[in-house]
Amino acid sequence: MAGIYLHIPFCKSKCPYCNFFSVASLKSVNEFLGALYLEINSQKDYLDDQEVKTIYFGGGTPSLLKLSEINGILEKIRTVFSVGKAAEITLEANPDDITAEHLQEWLKAGINRLSIGIQSFNDADLKYLRRIHTGEQAERSIRLALDHGFSDLSVDFIYGIPTLSDRAFAFNLEKVVALKVPHISAYSLTIEPKTLMDVMIRKNQLPGPEEEQSVSQFLFLMQYLGSNNYEHYEISNFCLPGSYSKHNSSYWKGDHYLGLGPSAHSFNGVSRQWNISSINQYSGLIDAGKPHFETELLTPIQLYNEYVMVSLRTMWGAGLDHIQTAFGEGVASYFRSRATQHINNNEMHENAGLFRLTDKGKLFADKISSDLFLDND
Amino acid sequence: MKNIRNFCIIAHIDHGKSTLADRLLETTGAISERDYQNQVLDDMDLERERGITIKSHAIQMDYKQEGQDYVLNLIDTPGHVDFSYEVSRAIAACEGALLVVDATQGIQAQTISNLYLAIDHNLTIIPVLNKIDMDAAMIEEVKDQIVDLLGCDREEIIEASAKTGFGIDRILVEIVNKIPAPKGDPEAPLQALIFDSLYNSFRGVIAYFRIFNGSISKGDHVKFNATGMEYHADEVGILRLKQEPRNAVFTGDVGYIISGIKSSKEVQVGDTITHVGDPCKQAIEGFRPVKPMVFAGIYPTDADDYEELRNSLERLKLNDASLSFEPEASAALGFGFRCGFLGLLHMEIIQERLDREFDMNVINTVPNVSYKVFTNKGDVLDVYNPSGLPEPNYIEHIEEPYITANIITKAEYIGPIIKLCMDKRGTLKNQVYLTTDRIELTADIPLGEIVFDFYDKLKSISKGYASFDYHPIGYQNADLVKLDILLNGEIVDALSALITRNNAYEFGRKFCEKLKEFIPRQQYDVAIQAAIGAKIIARETVKAVRKDVTAKCYGGDITRKRKLLEKQKKGKKRMRQIGNVEVPQKAFLAVLKLDS
Ligand SMILES: Nc1nc2c(ncn2[C@@H]2O[C@H](COP(=O)(O)OP(=O)(O)OP(=O)(O)O)[C@@H](O)[C@H]2O)c(=O)[nH]1
Ligand code: SF4
Ligand SMILES: [Mg+2]
Repeated sequence: MAGIYLHIPFCKSKCPYCNFFSVASLKSVNEFLGALYLEINSQKDYLDDQEVKTIYFGGGTPSLLKLSEINGILEKIRTVFSVGKAAEITLEANPDDITAEHLQEWLKAGINRLSIGIQSFNDADLKYLRRIHTGEQAERSIRLALDHGFSDLSVDFIYGIPTLSDRAFAFNLEKVVALKVPHISAYSLTIEPKTLMDVMIRKNQLPGPEEEQSVSQFLFLMQYLGSNNYEHYEISNFCLPGSYSKHNSSYWKGDHYLGLGPSAHSFNGVSRQWNISSINQYSGLIDAGKPHFETELLTPIQLYNEYVMVSLRTMWGAGLDHIQTAFGEGVASYFRSRATQHINNNEMHENAGLFRLTDKGKLFADKISSDLFLDND
Repeated sequence: MKNIRNFCIIAHIDHGKSTLADRLLETTGAISERDYQNQVLDDMDLERERGITIKSHAIQMDYKQEGQDYVLNLIDTPGHVDFSYEVSRAIAACEGALLVVDATQGIQAQTISNLYLAIDHNLTIIPVLNKIDMDAAMIEEVKDQIVDLLGCDREEIIEASAKTGFGIDRILVEIVNKIPAPKGDPEAPLQALIFDSLYNSFRGVIAYFRIFNGSISKGDHVKFNATGMEYHADEVGILRLKQEPRNAVFTGDVGYIISGIKSSKEVQVGDTITHVGDPCKQAIEGFRPVKPMVFAGIYPTDADDYEELRNSLERLKLNDASLSFEPEASAALGFGFRCGFLGLLHMEIIQERLDREFDMNVINTVPNVSYKVFTNKGDVLDVYNPSGLPEPNYIEHIEEPYITANIITKAEYIGPIIKLCMDKRGTLKNQVYLTTDRIELTADIPLGEIVFDFYDKLKSISKGYASFDYHPIGYQNADLVKLDILLNGEIVDALSALITRNNAYEFGRKFCEKLKEFIPRQQYDVAIQAAIGAKIIARETVKAVRKDVTAKCYGGDITRKRKLLEKQKKGKKRMRQIGNVEVPQKAFLAVLKLDS
């Protein structure tokens, strides 16, 4: 079981907080597509003939692609890899690209899951984030998608925005819960170093996020969605029972995946590799038949650290049995003994050999996992 | 023996000793072009990086004059006050000294103090006026100063430039003609003074000596007088650019011995080497032990390295006899050593050398001087460690060490310098015009004020022109307090400081502010307090972290995030747990660097 991630590195405009690789111009779409096709050929053995169960158009803004381009990419993938019949095929879309026409096209192309970048229904927040859609557009895009039969729908929210009051955040959630949107991703506004927003905040041109606010909104998020039957299956992901993102879950369960396109990452169980973050160099290197990615072979310690880091973020937790089989008795007892103080601190709990974070622990997931890490040297 | 000359080069800091040594070595062919570099004798990285000499360095040259072959043993010495002990030991191995004076700077404080050391040992002084190539050279004026100081003839002063090589020939001629050959009886029992030593990881302990009587040969059965330990001389030789083994070293010469010495403690600088079979009657008078001026705790950053640190200190002491240390323990830092230094630069150098030469990472506690505490039982205690201060109700009174500072400055800086002395609780004693625009100022100042940043401040307000020397003059009453730093109510013993009450408030405030910068936010609020006894005099709070969780962790985030968390884990390992607070090592270092 394996997944394919496609990085579509184009956006209408660059959001100042975003550190994904993308460019605000469509002029190199053809160059990109040409290289992407070659890359698909060149990586045909990466997944060892495992059946592809998920395909994910991410970015960037994949909803900017034309129908023919989406069709072309999917066709190409189907000829090179064995894609399962019931494969989950997700497209990330921005509200301003969601029209009845597009929705029909996407359905036709075989897209069966949509992830919409709503962020907020509140115009002040969208303005702070410099998103180009309005709250109204955002709401309309959800209704339209649901009306067109995209029952497997996900929406993205951002909280902890200085303009976002607790009440407005609750209103955002109330609205999607009322619409029975089955999957919700909610991210705490994070100021990534060297982004435009980072610079503006440091120059005092923009208020930065307040920790206190994002803590209370996170706590509310967990409580409110929990009481509305959503499962908190990953730190920033919630869904109605069964509606997990299969693709994203595969990252957290250690499945193999192939990332295609500039800056995309791949994992095959023993190594990770990441493509160069430049359309030009990406296509140049691929054309020249030279490596367009860097690879890192993971040591057992690194594999363990990743397992701890990623699994603890999920509701499935970290399994002592798994640690023991994959990394040995010594590592398992190390994990167990390190975990004890976090259990005593009410940051973790254990049930039948599965270790999970409590709500308190979820606020400190990074600190806890690094504490459970093994030293590299 | 009559063709041997032993001399050292002494001067104020930066007057050009090491550069002059370069020229001498070059002219006599002691260094080949291939080995040549500026200040070639400053062979420690630390010396080269800082551009100052830290260690005395002995080296032998061959020199021919009027058909005669001479052996010249040169010792280059450091100029900084903190290293004057190096100078005093070099002087004990010589019959003459080149007194170098920078023609652009004139006589400075260490010119005078080092000269007196040399005169005390009856050394023949050859005055050298250096840097005459520079436009700013004040040749006649500085000659006046030298004549005044030495009472020599004007003509005796050698004009030189260590940069261009001007005057070097005359210096060599006068070394031969003026400095007496070593005295001593080649047939008498061996009597050799150890004036320096060092630890070499391949060869073990190497001792440097000057032979006053007799000779020493390879294979000799020798005894170190003070320790009473006996050895076979596995190797003896002379000090060229590298050590050069010889079959024997004779009266009047400077050389080295390697003799399978096991422990660093067996070699004491100032000890006498003699033969077991035919011992000398009397040991050479050794060196007066130096009195440390500043004390601070040194702790290994990794508590497991305590024994390693002891070894390193012992080995370092071989090469720096002015270092003293004794074990101490701290609740916050574990086991370490209370060390005595000759000044703050010395302390800094020791810390650097531990790191570079022994790969020992250490934490220093706040330095202090040594106080005399008079208890109401009538005892007098020497207190050089905050934890050694008795409870207030046992103390009758406390005295602190004072020094007399001699400051030489251009007249235009006198105002700010007097103010500096007053700010440092000094009393002005005297003020004399040496020339129309040079003043010598004498003031009594508490040593505790000097060891902090007096020297740096003096340099900066006088644009580098004022120089300064000091000597202890005893103890006077002090209003001393123990300043404690508390983290969440718990005293961090390693951060306690002995300090006068007047300075405590500002110091405490800065201390808290600095710590706040360096203590990372934790899962609870951290209160940083400065206190005198039960009285809190400053407070800062490090607010608790409310969350530590990355929002996104998808396929492309995993590697980066794992590396980040691994790095955090590493950083955390370098933290010290104090009560429930994690304190990074750099917080201790930052606090130490406080320029209050
Ligand atoms: N122009 C000129 N510069 C000189 C002369 N002699 C030394 N210098 C410079 O003065 C500076 C100090 O020289 P050093 O030889 O390191 O002085 P030092 O007396 O050994 O210094 P310490 O060992 O630290 O006390 C260096 O930058 C030298 O290049 C000279 O005759 N003329
Ligand atoms: S649309 Fe998405 S990918 Fe593009 S800049 Fe904005 S946040 Fe980044
Ligand atoms: Mg020097």
